[in-house]
Amino acid sequence: MTQQAPTQTQRDSRDHSGAGPSLQATQEQRSHIAKVESTDPGTITIENLEAYYGNFRAVAPVTFTIPGRKVTAVIGPSGCGKSTFIRCLNRMHETVRGASSRGHVLLDGEDINGPKVDPVLIRRKIGMVFQKPNPFPTMSIYDNVASGLKLNGIKSGRPMNEIVEQALRQAALWDEVKDKLKQAGTALSGGQQQRLCIARALAVEPEVLLMDEPCSALDPIATLAIEDLIRQLAPDVTIVIVTHNMQQASRVSDMTAFFMMNEQRSGELVEYATTETIFTNPADKRTEDYVTGRFG
Amino acid sequence: MALSAADFNYRRRKLISAVMLGAAATSAIGMIAVLFLILGYVFIQGGQAIDFAFFTELPRPVGQEGGGMANAIVGSLIVLAIAGVLAIPVGFFAGIYLSEYASTTFAGAVRFVIETMAGVPSIVIGIFAFVLIVRPMGTYSAIAGGFALAMIMIPIFARAAEEALKTVPFSLREAAMALGVPSWRIVLRVVVPTAGPGIITAAMLALARAGGETAPLIFTALGNRFWQEGLTSPIATLPVQIWEYASGPYADLHRQAWAGSLVLVAMTVGIIGLVRLLYRGTSFRQF
Ligand SMILES: Nc1ncnc2c1ncn2[C@@H]1O[C@H](COP(=O)(O)OP(=O)(O)OP(=O)(O)O)[C@@H](O)[C@H]1O
Ligand SMILES: [Mg+2]
Repeated sequence: MTQQAPTQTQRDSRDHSGAGPSLQATQEQRSHIAKVESTDPGTITIENLEAYYGNFRAVAPVTFTIPGRKVTAVIGPSGCGKSTFIRCLNRMHETVRGASSRGHVLLDGEDINGPKVDPVLIRRKIGMVFQKPNPFPTMSIYDNVASGLKLNGIKSGRPMNEIVEQALRQAALWDEVKDKLKQAGTALSGGQQQRLCIARALAVEPEVLLMDEPCSALDPIATLAIEDLIRQLAPDVTIVIVTHNMQQASRVSDMTAFFMMNEQRSGELVEYATTETIFTNPADKRTEDYVTGRFG
Repeated sequence: MALSAADFNYRRRKLISAVMLGAAATSAIGMIAVLFLILGYVFIQGGQAIDFAFFTELPRPVGQEGGGMANAIVGSLIVLAIAGVLAIPVGFFAGIYLSEYASTTFAGAVRFVIETMAGVPSIVIGIFAFVLIVRPMGTYSAIAGGFALAMIMIPIFARAAEEALKTVPFSLREAAMALGVPSWRIVLRVVVPTAGPGIITAAMLALARAGGETAPLIFTALGNRFWQEGLTSPIATLPVQIWEYASGPYADLHRQAWAGSLVLVAMTVGIIGLVRLLYRGTSFRQF
């Protein structure tokens, strides 16, 4: 492309150019982006969010609403910015050196990127589960679950034993570990460790739980256990899950967001709709190609 | 049948591999042999000289046989304790700074200072402590000796602690961050405990290293043929006492110097053994 500055009409004619945060581009994108009206607690409204590593724009402006108390899946080819995107939702993105983001992320109407907002407090409301289970190796199972409260010196009204038990029950791990709470968290199996990490995230009673490929290090049985768990949690917590597994996305999620890289290698939101629509009747050809496995 | 090129290549590689393995094994055996020679010699010579009195009695007046180095053994422990009290907190925080705040300019300055300190010959550190502490105090002392040994320990400990802290996987810091834990508390409550055995090891190795230093103590602790009279007066230490006895003309004192060497070597080997034991106990799975 030799042109320096495309005119507005040219820009409009190019589909999903991602050439910049111009209003036209955003509106065009929205055509395949479902409008979600949600007033449930834990609703996340994303407005023109973009993410950078230095000068490299990893996520082009995205605008959509993640409904509260539902499961939203984020899918897309490797490197399209899924991890970067969800790490912007609890301000973990900015902990990477040289990384920055622009735009707005509203949790129940409040901008988490606001000037007076403490990112540390945001992360207590928006928890995160990582790809690889990462329990604290120096802590017992019990202490791992309690760590969010203990490390933050939070005095909850309820006794700690009760909180730990409830979190472990929510994470479907209680029966397996109730007799060995004093043992090291790292002595559990991979799948149990991941559920321990989920329990640890739940113990601080977050509004939202972000999960970045939480099952990719697990076997199929452990994966199913986590999927069950996600379905059970949904009425209480908003869940955003990144996954490469199409079946998983279709099994666990209510809404699905499909990301893809544009010509500038920035990730952009191609389509956002109910999971059923994405998998049975996608509006965008690229979504269809991706979910049917024609590329990936 | 003629050898194919691939066969030939394979044989050549096997030959090179065998030669390299042989060279590596020879140097390893050579090193172990030297170590055992030194240890063996010290154990034989020291073993003949050492007796119960060595641990319980003061040195006898020159010319009289017998006596021991009880004061030097105790003195070494005192000076090392002072050095540890001074060096461990400083080295600990320097190590944290180096590993956790490595990107700041101040960390660059800290690293420069520590690397320079590590490169300064120990005799120069002794002179430094002499000028800084012995002169103003007007006397050689346990404190000055401890200070000089601390100067030697700090860079060793700080860098070893930094290495230990760096082995803590980033995923653990991330996990704590995602729980909304402030960064300084992540360091103190997650990173430091996880690196705990490594940090303790670092401290013990630094102590073992400082415990054998002689040069910096000559200018600071000086030596004492009697029990020390508190921390602000000259104090006997094992390395200095060994050095004095060994450089004198008396056969009985040579004998005692060997006994002292044996005690010193046993202390070092003991610490390293303890460190090994500690490391064996900490094989947690890293994620
Ligand atoms: N720390 C970083 N510094 C610089 N660039 C990065 C960094 N992390 C990711 N990127 C780049 O940002 C883009 C998006 O990466 P991201 O990890 O978000 O992709 P992803 O969709 O999660 O991929 P995957 O499915 O493989 O996990 C990629 O081009 C990647 O190279
Ligand atoms: Mg990813």
